[in-house]
Amino acid sequence: MAATTTVPSASPIPGSRSFLARLREGDEIARLVTFLFAASVVLVTALLIFELWQDSALARHKFGLHFFVTRVWDPVFEQFGALPFIYGTLVTAVVSLVIAVPLGIGAAIFLAELAPARVSDTLEFFIDLLAAVPSVIYGLLGVFIVVPLMRDYLQPGLRKSLGFLPLFSGPAYGVGFLTAGVVLAIMVIPYIISVSREVLMSVPRDQREAALALGATRWESTWKVVVPFARTGIMGSIFLALARALGETMAVTMVIGNTPTISASLFSPGYSIAAVIANEFTEATGDLHLQALIELGLVLFLLTFLLNGVARLLIVITSQCGSGTALA
Amino acid sequence: MSPGLRWRKFVSGFMLTMTGVCALVAVSVLFFILGYLVYNGGASINWNFFTKLPAPVGECGGGMANAIVGSAKLLLLASLLGVPIGFLGAIYLAEFSGSRVAFVVRYAADLLNGVPSIVIGIFAYSLAVLPFKHFSTMAGGFALGLMMIPITLRSTEEFLLAVPRALREAAMALGASKWKTIATVIVPAAYRGILTAVLLAFARVAGETAPLLFTALGNRFWSPGWNQPTASLPEMIFRYALAPYEDWHRQAWAAGLVLLGLILVINIVARAILARGIAVPRA
Repeated sequence: MAATTTVPSASPIPGSRSFLARLREGDEIARLVTFLFAASVVLVTALLIFELWQDSALARHKFGLHFFVTRVWDPVFEQFGALPFIYGTLVTAVVSLVIAVPLGIGAAIFLAELAPARVSDTLEFFIDLLAAVPSVIYGLLGVFIVVPLMRDYLQPGLRKSLGFLPLFSGPAYGVGFLTAGVVLAIMVIPYIISVSREVLMSVPRDQREAALALGATRWESTWKVVVPFARTGIMGSIFLALARALGETMAVTMVIGNTPTISASLFSPGYSIAAVIANEFTEATGDLHLQALIELGLVLFLLTFLLNGVARLLIVITSQCGSGTALA
Repeated sequence: MSPGLRWRKFVSGFMLTMTGVCALVAVSVLFFILGYLVYNGGASINWNFFTKLPAPVGECGGGMANAIVGSAKLLLLASLLGVPIGFLGAIYLAEFSGSRVAFVVRYAADLLNGVPSIVIGIFAYSLAVLPFKHFSTMAGGFALGLMMIPITLRSTEEFLLAVPRALREAAMALGASKWKTIATVIVPAAYRGILTAVLLAFARVAGETAPLLFTALGNRFWSPGWNQPTASLPEMIFRYALAPYEDWHRQAWAAGLVLLGLILVINIVARAILARGIAVPRA
């Protein structure tokens, strides 16, 4: 048999066994080295949480839960309350979602359901580029385009037509909650479109065909069948956008007005958590001031952490089995 | 055709048109931004912008040479930190790890990816500024590098996993050890994807401003070495846009044009590299 003569020559001879062992060692070394790098990611993340917790200890102990309900932010008398910043962060995020969600989902429906594949892919390419524009550029455009537009046209117009609502009363400064919300909306729309489009495209074809076969119009099949099927994933994209809007710093800092106020009017200048950290961190007057800012950072971190977690869960659920089965 | 049906058809046509309008509005924002930046930045960009230091306050002219060099130095440091950790960590995830460890690492990476950039800034401040008692290029690069890690890690891992099983098995069958398989077969097969991942991570941190505010701080002069505060393009845009001088606004536009041009070019190149390669999932 020919095989018996060739196999022994291929099997390890005594001199090459150590070579093979070394190879196996090489595997072990590679495993160890790459493990160290992977572990460093976990380490860094853990350290980040630890540092935020540790470095805000002074403020956490001094103010306790009052930190979240106090309106005073006075570095001179060392009184720190986060309420105006939390309010500003939430209000701007809500305004941005009110604008971005209908626009984003509308565009996603067009890209996923109507546009031919080539058009859809081309537009998606532009939308991906839009998502890559850095926030300081949005801030730049916000300062020089959105703020004057708001001050001279939109806010006076809104006050004239809807001024009886407390939301749209008060002097038009240009900067403020509404402007920050609009700029944020422009920034988060690409995220909503990208994720919603993916989710809508993963809806099985037979769902659409069944609806159309039953006599539904194109819109009815989209709105009553496809969108509900993908609703969990679309919710995920909205949570993702919300997390981005809450944590956004530069663009908001440049257009929100940087005044710690709580006002029912959207025209009023305000402040957000990220913006106050950006503005005051390097000029913090004492340890307590610095630690109060770090505690704000901790709050921001926890908020975005929760939202990102929920968003990912929703997107995974939908792309695996569709909302219908997930919620049934 | 009954009035009911006609109405339903009208609603259908109307709403579908509206979705088209939404898509048009969303995409036209990009062209508006680009157009406005080119119009405003193009008018104020000149040779001085690339070669001169910022002029003293109140004087016209000057440029942002120090910010351009500063950005380059910061991005170099960031890549030195972010790319090896992201790349080798991804190899561990894709090739060596058990599912439990992989879950923890992925979870940590996703968590890090979701951290607002300003919070990354706080973290880098307490780790790389406070112990040394001064702002520095190093600290800024550290902050940006931290942001590169999760982006590089997660997309590199995806591209490594997309390498066909048959390739691995072929290499193993030829008697190659595992790391030799990785180094000579798997990584070369996925290199387009990996390059794309690294480029996209690079473009993402190139425009980051918030983590630099209290790490690299900013500087109106050259920043020799790595231990002094340094200017960077995004940070200069921020300061110049909010300053009360007309001439500074002009320069902020120019800086915005340069920065956005750089980022868009990197993005387009990255996608082109990927498109020319074998069919692998998008990052």
